[in-house]
Amino acid sequence: MPLQEVESFVGEETADKDFLYTLNFGPQHPATHTTLRLILTLDGETVIRAVPDIGYLHSGFEKLGEDLDFNQYVTIVDRMNYISPIANEIAWHHVVEKLLGIEITPRCRYIRTIMAEIARISDHLLNVGTAALDLGAFTAFLYAFYQREKCYDIYETAAGQRFHPSYTRVGGLMADVTDDWIRKVRDFVVGFPKAHSDISKLLNKNRIFMDRTQGIGVLSREDAINLSVTGPLARASGVVRDLRKDEPYLAYSELDFQVVCAKEGDCYARYMVRMGEMLESLKIIQQAIENLPSGPVNVDIEGKAVIPDKSATYRSIEGLIQHFELIMTNRQWKVPVEEVYGANETANGELGFYIVADGTGRAYRARTRPPSFIHFAIFPYLIEGHLISDVPAILGSLNIIAAELDR
Amino acid sequence: MDHRSTLSVLRSQLGEQAFVTSEFRDNFRIEVPAERVLDALLALKDQAGFDMLAELTAVDYLHYPNARDRYGVVYCLLNTTTGERVFVKTFVNDPDPCLPSVFPLWKGADWLEREVYDMFGIVFEGHPDLRRILLPEGFRSYPLRKDYPLRGRLERHNFPVIPRAES
Repeated sequence: MPLQEVESFVGEETADKDFLYTLNFGPQHPATHTTLRLILTLDGETVIRAVPDIGYLHSGFEKLGEDLDFNQYVTIVDRMNYISPIANEIAWHHVVEKLLGIEITPRCRYIRTIMAEIARISDHLLNVGTAALDLGAFTAFLYAFYQREKCYDIYETAAGQRFHPSYTRVGGLMADVTDDWIRKVRDFVVGFPKAHSDISKLLNKNRIFMDRTQGIGVLSREDAINLSVTGPLARASGVVRDLRKDEPYLAYSELDFQVVCAKEGDCYARYMVRMGEMLESLKIIQQAIENLPSGPVNVDIEGKAVIPDKSATYRSIEGLIQHFELIMTNRQWKVPVEEVYGANETANGELGFYIVADGTGRAYRARTRPPSFIHFAIFPYLIEGHLISDVPAILGSLNIIAAELDR
Repeated sequence: MDHRSTLSVLRSQLGEQAFVTSEFRDNFRIEVPAERVLDALLALKDQAGFDMLAELTAVDYLHYPNARDRYGVVYCLLNTTTGERVFVKTFVNDPDPCLPSVFPLWKGADWLEREVYDMFGIVFEGHPDLRRILLPEGFRSYPLRKDYPLRGRLERHNFPVIPRAES
């Protein structure tokens, strides 16, 4: 049978584009690591356009924040960025304490600083490990995850829960740390540089890794600022900003560390910034653990902000009253009818909370400024014109955590 | 943080009476009526150096003590050179809550405005692609409004139900 010309059924406006191919990437794909979906328009192997489709993990965290009190909501913020949960808790209670005007004790400040930095290291380790894994470097991933286990051990020793510690409370912590915890942090400080150098040796000069990441997904300094990018992504593009230095909180103003920056703004620069930040975090942990102040972890019981410990609740009338006052939903803290925004520098960038308080012990509105959400919005700008094999490279360098993305 | 230069820019651009300032902890807030908000943001961006829109969110003041307006929209602007932050706040009301989009000023406003639209139903005029972002396309309510119950309104109106006999 002779070949016949087939009449094209494509409309006129798309007639010159009918060679374009649409590819659905996700929502479940090994390279996304979390649940997110991309609709890619391809010309051969080149990505012309990417449209992210999110919301698969939306579970109404901010609505729940209006129903749970300031202490209860900590279990929910844990589950936002579950790669470094304790950093979210610290950020949440940082803002709550800012609202209530509570000054936490020096020991609490130092313990929270150490925990926040361990969270940063564990977040960066996961990001570096999986970004390399997606590009075919499997061994670095194993080194990274072995160290992450140690971070989880440290959380567990302090809070009794390794994945979602829920460790902070308004005005203090769930419990003071033990000598065992201090020993584990010291061991981590000693053992981590070896693993860090192992990962660096595997990746920093790795020809394949460099070819896959250098010059890929370049974000210029102006775009980074215009697109609201913060954290290691912005610093890799030359935005010299770190809330730990610019708006010091916790114990950061007393500790010596540097802000790691790069100029290139590509995936490799983001990787290098994260690797550098881990060593700076280690420096912070080392100084903080050696200078850990003694004294109480919770603010004074006279301040009426913290739940008294069990023995005080059961054996003294003051403790019992205090406990009752903080648990009953119509009593609780003295909250101003005000609204406040506060932010912490977490591993992913500026994690902020905007709390509107109406005078009760629960937030009237608990808005999260999620860095993953803002960073995923820049993905279409970064991928344009790159090959489809660069999708995992760029996605890996952005460190999108879908639970925080969708909340 | 000193906000005098920012205030003088606003005074020269909007006039003395156009805005109200307040301060709580380290948050410096500028309250602007909805019809002047774009002018204020434009002046802050071009003349006071606020080059980053760090945060954009909304609040439903339905049950809030002493509230006069229904929705508040908050823009958190950041000057990346000096580290200065200001919070520009404006109010909109039913039945047609509507504000001009700031996407032409800061591209970072894209998803932030879409989220506010998704959760509160506040329309941003001039936004290039104002669709729902977290919730499904066919969803009818705006769940972060205060009149939306915590546990939702049961099943979605278009939830496909397959009777046992057909399965």
